[in-house]
Amino acid sequence: MPDVLMPRLSDTMTEGVLSRWVKQPGDTVHRGDVLAEIETDKATMELEAYDEGVLERTLVVAGTTVPIGVPIATIGDGSNVDTSAPPATRTPTTAATEPGSTPASDAAPTHLASGSVRTSPLARAIAREHGMDIASVIGTGPGGRIVRADVEAAVASMDGVPAPVPAREPSPSSPGARGEPADPAVSARPADERIPLTAIRRVTARRLTASAAVPHFYLTSVVDAERLLAFRGEVNNRLASDGTKISVTDLLVRACAITLRAHPQANSSWADDAILRHRHIHIGVAVALEDGLIVPVVRDADRKSVGEIATELLGLAGRARAGQLTPDEFTGGTFTISNLGMFGIDHFTALINPPEAAILAVGAATHEPVVREDRVVAGTTIKLTLSVDHRVLDGATAAAFLHDLRLILEEPLHIVV
Amino acid sequence: MAVISYRQALHDTLRAELLREESVILIGEEIGVFEGSYKITAGLLAEFGPARVRDTPICEEGFVGAAIGAAMLGMRPVVEIMTINFSLIAIDQIVNHAAKMRAMFGGQVSVPMVIRTPGGGGQQLAASHSQNLEVWYAHVPGLKVVAPSTPADAKALLTAAIRDDDPVLVLENLALYNTKGEVPDGEQVGEIGRAAVVKPGHDLTVVSYSRATVVALEVARQLEAEGISLEVVDLRSLRPLDRDTICASVRKTSRAVMLEDDWLTYGIGAEIAATIQEGAFDYLDAPVRRVAAAEVPLPYAKPLELAALPDARTLVKVIGEVLDATRFAR
Repeated sequence: MPDVLMPRLSDTMTEGVLSRWVKQPGDTVHRGDVLAEIETDKATMELEAYDEGVLERTLVVAGTTVPIGVPIATIGDGSNVDTSAPPATRTPTTAATEPGSTPASDAAPTHLASGSVRTSPLARAIAREHGMDIASVIGTGPGGRIVRADVEAAVASMDGVPAPVPAREPSPSSPGARGEPADPAVSARPADERIPLTAIRRVTARRLTASAAVPHFYLTSVVDAERLLAFRGEVNNRLASDGTKISVTDLLVRACAITLRAHPQANSSWADDAILRHRHIHIGVAVALEDGLIVPVVRDADRKSVGEIATELLGLAGRARAGQLTPDEFTGGTFTISNLGMFGIDHFTALINPPEAAILAVGAATHEPVVREDRVVAGTTIKLTLSVDHRVLDGATAAAFLHDLRLILEEPLHIVV
Repeated sequence: MAVISYRQALHDTLRAELLREESVILIGEEIGVFEGSYKITAGLLAEFGPARVRDTPICEEGFVGAAIGAAMLGMRPVVEIMTINFSLIAIDQIVNHAAKMRAMFGGQVSVPMVIRTPGGGGQQLAASHSQNLEVWYAHVPGLKVVAPSTPADAKALLTAAIRDDDPVLVLENLALYNTKGEVPDGEQVGEIGRAAVVKPGHDLTVVSYSRATVVALEVARQLEAEGISLEVVDLRSLRPLDRDTICASVRKTSRAVMLEDDWLTYGIGAEIAATIQEGAFDYLDAPVRRVAAAEVPLPYAKPLELAALPDARTLVKVIGEVLDATRFAR
């Protein structure tokens, strides 16, 4: 009777959320049938059956976070069909449910239907001490068991990211309470709302925490955007008939790509014991999601026209917001652009998307006095800030890149020829 | 402080107690004229005479029974049973009489008797002469069972056993008789029911007793060089069992492996594992593991005998598995 295991669906995936069962216990399955939908760190994907037979049991309820390699269902000849584990009937009273950590609502429980989260008692005790929901920790012990090292790593990363630290429950009984269940009476007080992490929130947090370990420096340059915006307007007028519309971001992707071609040092990654100089220029563009951030990638952006880039980015951003990107659409970037101009931000610094060497933060085009031919006139500027991994690039090299990027943006014909 | 053998420490202790207290007598097979199958009683018949060092017929039930009677009437007999395997012939006397007299006579009598007997395999004595049956006795309320692993503990625990007012089984081990160690001079009375942290550490607790403690310490030294710090707890007393020391150690290390010479199923390690999960559950980062003898009558053939007995290599392997399972950073 083969077990269906949580598959590894992307190279950064360590766990997946079983978001929906498509087949139910008792259903006949054929090789290639979709059994379930799995939310990985970046996308929702379909899990196909590798075996013929009958789905006999589902081992986890929908909404459960499951480490890769852990059984989630069994397929057999149909003689052991067990429909007694319907979603959310067996879980609320399981022993390992942490009082105070389970939301009072009937939100999907985040543990294994067959008997709660697999965790060592010590890991559970440490999580309790830190007011951490054990279900949010990724287990790396045998069979995905959460061990002390996992909780300590999770606690450390929690402390490292300032914003999303869940407020610790005000728990006067926490010291020495190890080994005893938390007092449910504590929750009688109006407690802060605990928002369980979605897979994407967790990955965003982990990636940005990793970014904090990168020694950054920042270079800012002010671009006279008058001609860039005029150029965009002209192009859009001409292309209006066939429905294509290009944005400042599309122009920036192309401008960065050709500038990177002239500055290959900036198109590099940190590889711990080496610097990887990439032969391809794949530009990532940060896209805000409702509950996180994703960076779809325009591959070989230096070989694509602005129109192609515009069409491709439109599709990527749409699929990103729908959670439908495939892994090769959001991995493999060599440089990233983050544009908050449309939100009216004048200037900001972005966190590097490791292991890339640099990220460009783009502010809004603003009307400002500029000096032209020794006269102060009204103009439009955009502030660009390059965040650089100092292990890969030094100040002068990065400055040369940013300087050339500014020149191209100020002479926008260079973007297309 | 002298460095002497385990055998010598037992001999010297018996002699010291014979000198100290008139009511102490020795009784057993071949302990007098032959000076003991393992020479623990060498010279004692000549020194103390046949009234105090008593050779017996080959009849364990008879001489254990006689010792119980003598103990009830005020003597402090020290019985030698040649190996623990032969104690089975006397098990009714030990379990149904020695262990129960005090309770069943409402405290009017006690049985201040000692049974010294070696266990252990590895000597090519074949299945019926190579057993570790101490758990049979450690199971029985009314008995005390001690299992010294060093010459110093042999002295301290045998002394304590002779002076105890209840029946005490002193588990010796054939493989330990020739081991040497420092033994403090003068009177040393051990505490029955107290385990010892014989090697402090912080990464993993190995619990063991008797010969297995020697193996555990050897493994601890070996792994120390690899940056793994084992804490070794020597039980010393199987009944009463010092649960506090075991649990305190596991609360510190969060990982535990039992090394025992007896069989795995229902063995001493099963009791230790239960003790740990009751007393240190919230401190465990991995299940308690047991390294014990293969579940076969011990083979005679040397390669098979070695394969069946727990050894340092197996202990190292299981320790590695527990460390890996808890992502121990080496």
